[in-house]
Amino acid sequence: MVSNQLARQLKAEILRGEVEITVINESDTHVYQPLFLYMAFDQAVPEDAHRPEKSVLSRHVKLVVGNAERVEREKSVVLMSDGQEIPYDYLVIATGSRPAPESIPGLVEGGHIFYTEESALKLRDALLSFKGGRLVVTVAVPHKCPVAPLEFTLMAQDWLNARGLGEKSQVVYTYPIGRLHSLEPVANWANEVFPARNIETHTFFNVENVDPEEKTITSMEGETLSYDLLVAIPPHMGQDVIHRSELGDAGNWIPTNRHSLQMDGADNIYVLGDATNLPISKAGSTAHFEADVVAANLINRIRGGRGSARYDGKVFCFIETGHDQATYIKFDYEHPPKPQAPSEMIHLYKLAFNKMYWLSAAGVL
Amino acid sequence: MSAAKVVDARGSFCPGPLMELIRGIRQEPIGTVFEVWSSDRGSAKDIPEWVKKAGHELVENKEEDGIYKIQVRKVK
Repeated sequence: MVSNQLARQLKAEILRGEVEITVINESDTHVYQPLFLYMAFDQAVPEDAHRPEKSVLSRHVKLVVGNAERVEREKSVVLMSDGQEIPYDYLVIATGSRPAPESIPGLVEGGHIFYTEESALKLRDALLSFKGGRLVVTVAVPHKCPVAPLEFTLMAQDWLNARGLGEKSQVVYTYPIGRLHSLEPVANWANEVFPARNIETHTFFNVENVDPEEKTITSMEGETLSYDLLVAIPPHMGQDVIHRSELGDAGNWIPTNRHSLQMDGADNIYVLGDATNLPISKAGSTAHFEADVVAANLINRIRGGRGSARYDGKVFCFIETGHDQATYIKFDYEHPPKPQAPSEMIHLYKLAFNKMYWLSAAGVL
Repeated sequence: MSAAKVVDARGSFCPGPLMELIRGIRQEPIGTVFEVWSSDRGSAKDIPEWVKKAGHELVENKEEDGIYKIQVRKVK
């Protein structure tokens, strides 16, 4: 999104050879990750989420497909694993995060996740062979897309009912803090909806380990629950390239200025999306609104300005609420979220956005 | 004694100050002292409540100019 906005607005400079924009991506395929949730319920297939990276990028942007070994700040280059050095005057780090189920002992062997394409498809098959029992959804910290756990839980209950397994099953939801969601209006709403749909809840539950033999999970707070099918929202980490580059903290999150989005202590490095250490949602919309600020500042600075646009912490999330309805929530650093009544129209809009995403990536929307 | 590790969670509605603290507790070693900064009055209550449940140590809980600063030591 940043590079497409730059390419459009700096077209004259690019054509004159004064500016060059390079995107480094580890794959030549662009993957729309929100569809993993739907893949788990067999409502989407990988092909729906894939487009060639090249097709998403402006033709004025150079694409390098490969693995970045590390960022070498003293030389202002990105060193690739094949030895190639890509120099930069400005660097935008949007490396995202990765699920780290291995950080919870027993989880990889005993549970499922849906935060990668491969794991979502594995969960799809586990759900299809599920004969009923305790389906436990446990939420760890930090995680990407903070509403996905709620959506998965409600969609799982709908899915079990539709397959005639509702009576033979118990859906269980655990959450790390003392309410059902970090956003208070969402938690209040879930407080009414979960009991009404017979979903068992446990708060102040931070999964510490999984016993795949006994089929139990135990929390940091000392509570143990049994399961027949375990679906974890795994803890996430920043990418390993951040660790190799020594740019991050212990979780590979990059210390970032909350308004300028510059890496702490680095004037020419911007960070956006999940890669930052900012206390805001790791969500696509966060990266979207941050990308607008980073692109504006880069364009301004390249043209002699000071790059003083500020990010206000804006986040916007759709929330699937089951029963073919959805709602949304938005907030920023200064304004708390306000609840909105779920409706079928918002659900349809969310489905439409799954297609409109590609306009967003193109920097159009 | 080394300085507390600041968790600047001002203006954090999601994931929120407590989850930011839990993130720190998960990734830093035993003995680390965290100082959570929150603009939400509720943090002064819900962070100590969780700290007690999870068996960590509440070091300090104060308010300075509308910012709640809660220090917690990771003990296990």
